[in-house]
Amino acid sequence: MREFVRQVVVLGRRSIMRTLRQPASIVPSLLFPLMLLAVNTGGLRGATNLEGFPTDSFLDFALGFAFLQGAVFATVNSGTDLARDIQTGFMNRLALTPVRGVALIFGQLAGVAVLALIQAVVFLGAGLAAGASVRAGVSGALVILILSFLVSVAFAGVGALLAVRTGSGEAIQGLFPLVFATLFLSSMNMPRNLIDADWFRVIATINPVSYLIEGIRSLILEGWNVEALALGFGIVFVILVVGIGGAVLALRSRLARV
Amino acid sequence: MSSSTDRGGSFVSVAHGVAWRNLHNHFSHPMYYIPSLVFPLLFFTAFTGALGALTDLPGFEFEAGYEGFQYVFVLIQSAALGGVFTGLAIARDFETGFARRLLLAAPNRQGIIAGYALAALGRWVFTALIVTGVAFAAGMTIPGGVGVGGLYALALLVNGAGILFASGVAMRMRTVQAGPLMQTPVFLALFLAPVYVPLAVLDGWIETVARLNPFTAFLEAGRGFLVGRPTTVGLAFGLAVALLVLFGWWALRGLRSAESAG
Repeated sequence: MREFVRQVVVLGRRSIMRTLRQPASIVPSLLFPLMLLAVNTGGLRGATNLEGFPTDSFLDFALGFAFLQGAVFATVNSGTDLARDIQTGFMNRLALTPVRGVALIFGQLAGVAVLALIQAVVFLGAGLAAGASVRAGVSGALVILILSFLVSVAFAGVGALLAVRTGSGEAIQGLFPLVFATLFLSSMNMPRNLIDADWFRVIATINPVSYLIEGIRSLILEGWNVEALALGFGIVFVILVVGIGGAVLALRSRLARV
Repeated sequence: MSSSTDRGGSFVSVAHGVAWRNLHNHFSHPMYYIPSLVFPLLFFTAFTGALGALTDLPGFEFEAGYEGFQYVFVLIQSAALGGVFTGLAIARDFETGFARRLLLAAPNRQGIIAGYALAALGRWVFTALIVTGVAFAAGMTIPGGVGVGGLYALALLVNGAGILFASGVAMRMRTVQAGPLMQTPVFLALFLAPVYVPLAVLDGWIETVARLNPFTAFLEAGRGFLVGRPTTVGLAFGLAVALLVLFGWWALRGLRSAESAG
């Protein structure tokens, strides 16, 4: 166990340093969600005049989406970093050492985990500074940070899974539009009960991203909504297990010792 | 006389060669053409699907429905970003060393920019055809009839301005890492225009910004063409031509920068 922890710490330190030394990884993942938040808040402010819209502040409504958009960057960053390790032969060299696959994946996710914490604090801070309020109070804000952190790490696990399966950074980058699509085909811009088009409402209802957004949004708009939070945390744990578990399993063949 | 004819001939042959190669590369690799299709289709699907209720807002009047309203945005967006994506291809050509060999071999280097611009046009026409087909399938109508040709003419000019802007950046930076420098300003300008609701329904800081944004004129004029009520036509075309001239100069200066870098 002590050896496992040591492996995670060493690989995690490398992952964190690599993330922090790449402004190109950090700056867009902070700026783009904030820019989209500002633009959507301005452009869609009129939507709050629709009958049944849950708040009179579109900033409050849209803030939850910024955390999800940040998580998409986590997917791409973690996947690209891991794929680069595969392409440069770093993984092959690791295969000659006694490092365990689980330690490798956990270590690789450390950089994303640090970035996810920074993102969560910055997005929440920017939202509050711009006038948003969290109905669930200080403890609710803490839960928002925890949920958004878990979402980023879960998405990063999916990125790691894809990286191990494809072994190609270009393939990960090419998946970006697809991941982005899952965000847009959700309840990000409109509550599901106000979506006119039936087909879109069905897509948004079966899209797990809707429940992740609504989990965070419920704390901002409603306070403590147990059902929304249970769905949000439940789905994030499923994604965590599928992403990280799948990556560890796929890594067995990638790290096959001969 | 024969010298100017030679120059004209070499310009055309260089432009033709560069355009053909770029189009061939683009359509041979799904990883290049799929993103340029996915984004406009995604925006069209997501916005028309989720935001149709916005037509109930007071002051939102548009005869072509929300599908038509968003179609104009998506068409202009695909035109602008189509040009930008071609700029990424130029940057990639510099990274692989192809562009430097091209600079050495081309008898008329301005033909290189023209070739990339032709390629951008070809790529955008493909995207526009798909997006238009999807919009019709989604129930879009064109109350303006043949007057909608003005929308396509405007989008064509925007596509030209987009590729000239992006090629200027690509030829100065000569690396794909310059991608955000090409995409971000265009993306921002697009979304700081009246994307979701008409200008008259906007308020606050975004209305102020939108009124100063050239893309607002493009969207307003384009939507006017679609419903047969031309509006801000002179301003939109004037701005588009001004951007073409400005970014044409920017691209040519970029070409000089690439030449002097060797």
